Amino acid sequence: MNKVYPSAAAALDGLLKDGMLIAAGGFGLCGIPELLIAAIRDAGTKGLTVASNNAGVDGFGLGQLLETRQVKKMISSYVGENAEFMRQYLSGELELEFNPQGTLAERMRAGGAGIPGFYTATGVGTVIAEGKEHHDFDGKTYILERGIVADLSIVKAWKADPSGNLVFRKTARNFNVPAATCGKTCVVEVEEIVPLGSLDPDAIHLPGIYVHRIVQGQHEKRIEQRTVRKREAV
Amino acid sequence: MSEAKGWDRNGMAARAAQELRDGMYVNLGIGIPTLVANYIPQGVNVTLQSENGMLGMGPFPYEGEEDPDLINAGKQTITELPQTAYFDSATSFAMIRGGKIAMAILGAMEVAENGDLANWMIPGKLVKGMGGAMDLVAGVGRVVVVMDHTSKHGESKVLKACTLPLTGKGVVDRIITNLGVLDVGHKGLHIVELAPGVTEAELRAATEATIVD
Repeated sequence: MNKVYPSAAAALDGLLKDGMLIAAGGFGLCGIPELLIAAIRDAGTKGLTVASNNAGVDGFGLGQLLETRQVKKMISSYVGENAEFMRQYLSGELELEFNPQGTLAERMRAGGAGIPGFYTATGVGTVIAEGKEHHDFDGKTYILERGIVADLSIVKAWKADPSGNLVFRKTARNFNVPAATCGKTCVVEVEEIVPLGSLDPDAIHLPGIYVHRIVQGQHEKRIEQRTVRKREAV
Repeated sequence: MSEAKGWDRNGMAARAAQELRDGMYVNLGIGIPTLVANYIPQGVNVTLQSENGMLGMGPFPYEGEEDPDLINAGKQTITELPQTAYFDSATSFAMIRGGKIAMAILGAMEVAENGDLANWMIPGKLVKGMGGAMDLVAGVGRVVVVMDHTSKHGESKVLKACTLPLTGKGVVDRIITNLGVLDVGHKGLHIVELAPGVTEAELRAATEATIVD
């Protein structure tokens, strides 16, 4: 079975449906599936619910799908970098479900692991706990959070082999692993597809069982906050 | 305009760094808490966690060495250290939720005398999201807040009860402000230390919360 596709559009062919739930990897602009997001923009799929830690910035990443009004609802922990997002949200055009970051990551992990819900102390006593089942364990209060199973996962990795085994690079791993596992179908974009046998089986970050389609491409990899220090004088 | 008394941002960060103990795994929040890394005492070896998936966070890169795949939770470019480990977000918050991180040093908008913390939202104004703050305050061993004691308008940020939506209920252990250090106790706040040049009367006057001693 061939998992390698020639383009992001080809890799998404037949998978996009209006109103679907998409789980996206990335943190800020680091490790976002930028080619697949652009392909979804070009495909024009509408009414999307997107579970992603962030919502991109104006004009890049998921910000592109907001500009085209393809997103109906975001499930995110932090959306502060996107003026268009704020405008649509405050005017009521866009739904927003804030999830604490760890709760969002665990909802994806749980969904992918066949766990429909889990208890966490995160958010107890806050607006996040409103309407959720509370349960005490060993004298401490927890709330029930649901696992997420997405219709589609879109993910960015560094390298893949043709079987879909993935390796990520540095902090670009972030939400890509839990997002990949929670999708009924998972499409991955990578910087490089390497031959079978060239990845160390002991150093695979995500086994190919989770990966259905792979596309290789050129990534812009935009930096959100460029911070540097001066070189000490020699 | 303001008199040169109490701690400035760097002074608060330096004081907060005194909370660190050798061998600790620590998470530093955005803003003044980030500066704490500049004041880690000699001989104290701490490992900084960045909740986007890294233990062993290093300083900012030299110009020209920025790597888009290597950022901290504030989305700033950083570097790695010899002991650095990377992991995914679910693993990152498993170690936070699981109590493996000894301490979080975080900024705040309001803290209450019962340890309630508000630092993520101003209804109608600021709707950016809580990021990992709710997970951190619920999961780590000890929560230290670093913030200005009063708002720009001179109103106390150390309150009997928070007015803003909470990040966590009863989660704060210690408050470090420009005026001093306060601990959250059973019946109110305890004064631990006054910042240089600040009197107890001044600290009390700037504090709406109950100070029990």
